[in-house]
Amino acid sequence: MELILSIAIGTLTASGVWLLLRPRTFQVIIGLSLLSYAVNLFIFGMGRLRMDAAPILEGAGSDPANYADPVPQALVLTAIVIGFAMTALFLVVLLAARGLTGTDHVDGRER
Amino acid sequence: MGALFDHLIAVPILLPLLAGALMVIVDDRRRPFKIAVNLVSTLTLLIVAITLLMIAGGMTASGDPARTSVYLLGNWPAPFAITLVLDRLSALMLVLTSVLAVAALIFSLARWHRAGPHFHTLFQFLLVGINGAFLTGDLFNLFVFFEVMLAASYGLVLHGSGTARVRAGLHYIAINLSASLLFLIGVALIYGVTGTLNMADLAARVGDASAENRVILEAGAAILGIAFLVKSGMWPLGFWLPTAYTAAAAPVAAIFAIMSKVGVYVVLRLSLLVFGPEAGDSAGFGAHWILVGGMVTIGFGMIGVLASQGLSRIAGYSVLVSSGTLLAVIGYGTAPVISGALYYLVSSTLTISAFFLLIELVERARDAGADVLAVTMEAFGEDEAEDAEEEVGVTIPFTLAVLGASFAGIALLLAGLPPLSGFLAKFAMIHGMFNPTGLGDGLPIGAGTWVLVALLIVSGLAALIAMTRSGISIFWASIERTVPSVRVIEVLPVLGLLGLCLAMTLQGGAVIRYMDETAASLSEPAGYIESVLTAERVARAPSGTPDPAQGADEETEVAP
Repeated sequence: MELILSIAIGTLTASGVWLLLRPRTFQVIIGLSLLSYAVNLFIFGMGRLRMDAAPILEGAGSDPANYADPVPQALVLTAIVIGFAMTALFLVVLLAARGLTGTDHVDGRER
Repeated sequence: MGALFDHLIAVPILLPLLAGALMVIVDDRRRPFKIAVNLVSTLTLLIVAITLLMIAGGMTASGDPARTSVYLLGNWPAPFAITLVLDRLSALMLVLTSVLAVAALIFSLARWHRAGPHFHTLFQFLLVGINGAFLTGDLFNLFVFFEVMLAASYGLVLHGSGTARVRAGLHYIAINLSASLLFLIGVALIYGVTGTLNMADLAARVGDASAENRVILEAGAAILGIAFLVKSGMWPLGFWLPTAYTAAAAPVAAIFAIMSKVGVYVVLRLSLLVFGPEAGDSAGFGAHWILVGGMVTIGFGMIGVLASQGLSRIAGYSVLVSSGTLLAVIGYGTAPVISGALYYLVSSTLTISAFFLLIELVERARDAGADVLAVTMEAFGEDEAEDAEEEVGVTIPFTLAVLGASFAGIALLLAGLPPLSGFLAKFAMIHGMFNPTGLGDGLPIGAGTWVLVALLIVSGLAALIAMTRSGISIFWASIERTVPSVRVIEVLPVLGLLGLCLAMTLQGGAVIRYMDETAASLSEPAGYIESVLTAERVARAPSGTPDPAQGADEETEVAP
């Protein structure tokens, strides 16, 4: 499972960085989205990988070792929400730039 | 201190949040209402910030000693959940933020706030983010407040619209989004190794990290650092900064002057707190990189200042010089130098903010500036005709004389020449470098110190050359030109900010003493760590409201 997760994060990051460096605004936004997926998985991985373990303790006196770490899950949730909002906002700016400059090049002009 | 005063720490976050939320639901056409809400909120923030500064610095009438106040949101014990921490440094930054906010807001009321929708709302949300970033005591909430600040700034940088702003805004947003992702990676790595996000708890645990964990921890801190250095514009991460700041509307650029300082603030706080003397093998981690990076940034900013054609680009590159100076000095790291750096931080932020406001007034009479403004007004100023009566304000006499005098003052401040505070700031930093333990101790001075001192002085010279050149072409060259029509409320903020720089000079002793105390407490993070980790929870109310922690337990038991 560790191997699959690391390959997934690596593939997402590599594709994201490559797209981020492309000259079209749409490619940039897809690149940023892929990167944020990679980062979210990465944060998740930092809570150590556990199969079939709940993140919420049940009752007093239960052994915390049987549960998954809830903090990274809370962090990922926040990061997803913020990342989603930022992507939406970036889309608006992207459309505004397309409308004002007449091109989808990131510099607002071809070459 | 009464119980009410303990809650004062949360006000700089809650008040603008409520004010901003209130204004979202009000129609943009009800401007007088929005102006009133924004003014009341911003002025109240200034008063609260000054009160907090007096509490943190031990200057209250009741004679309480200076202290680091900790506010437990949700009343959970300290290393868990969310804490707000107020010490001298964060109180100082809060006051600086609210001063700039008042100046930028008053300036914008003359015309700029009408150049686009939701200006007042975004302005308040920007204050939420900045104040929160200064007050928060843990890394993840720092991220959240950073994002609040950035989201508002994305809206504000586009305020007034126009091709130039949208183009610069696109780059600004893309770069800051990438930096936020690095921020998250850094936070995740640090959490993965230490199991904590609370800065004080982290600082207490860094020294105990094992050798292989230390590598990951330092990698996490370095990635985290890159996110803040992008924000503060360190070379080679700061190429976006002059373009974005130049394109932004004048009052927006004026408040943005503090945003690059948020990055500097976090670098200062974390490097001294987490990688202070108690960090074991990690002590002083990254200081060398920050020192060298800062020095290169000064050099790059200096060349940019000299090469700039327009005034606003000079201001944009001055932000880089200011950030570079601060970073280099933070990397240098001894307490007397940090004290000078804090003085420089306040002085240079006030100066650059005033400069951005002044540029708009000066360029109003010039063709290039008038063009941009005309485009903006065409796009959004359709109601200009009905506001025509408002527009006829008091046109102050000797407009050019006032503008010219302010320009000269700003030139002196940027160049670091006497008699204004720019000189005192540079003098304090250089004095701290040459006399680390007291006057004339005769210790040898290293080559790095000489280079840094030379850069500080030469960057002042570059600013002076650029400002003189522009000043001559603006104020002396052409006789047959129209005097810009400037209203009193546009000049007042500029004069106010410059007046504060003058006050900082006149009250230099008292200000430096505060900075000395701040630098001393930053250099000894044990006090900060202890205050946070031993913060006492509010006692449970005798009846009715249960303890939140207790309540949460009961809830889980009741839940099916």
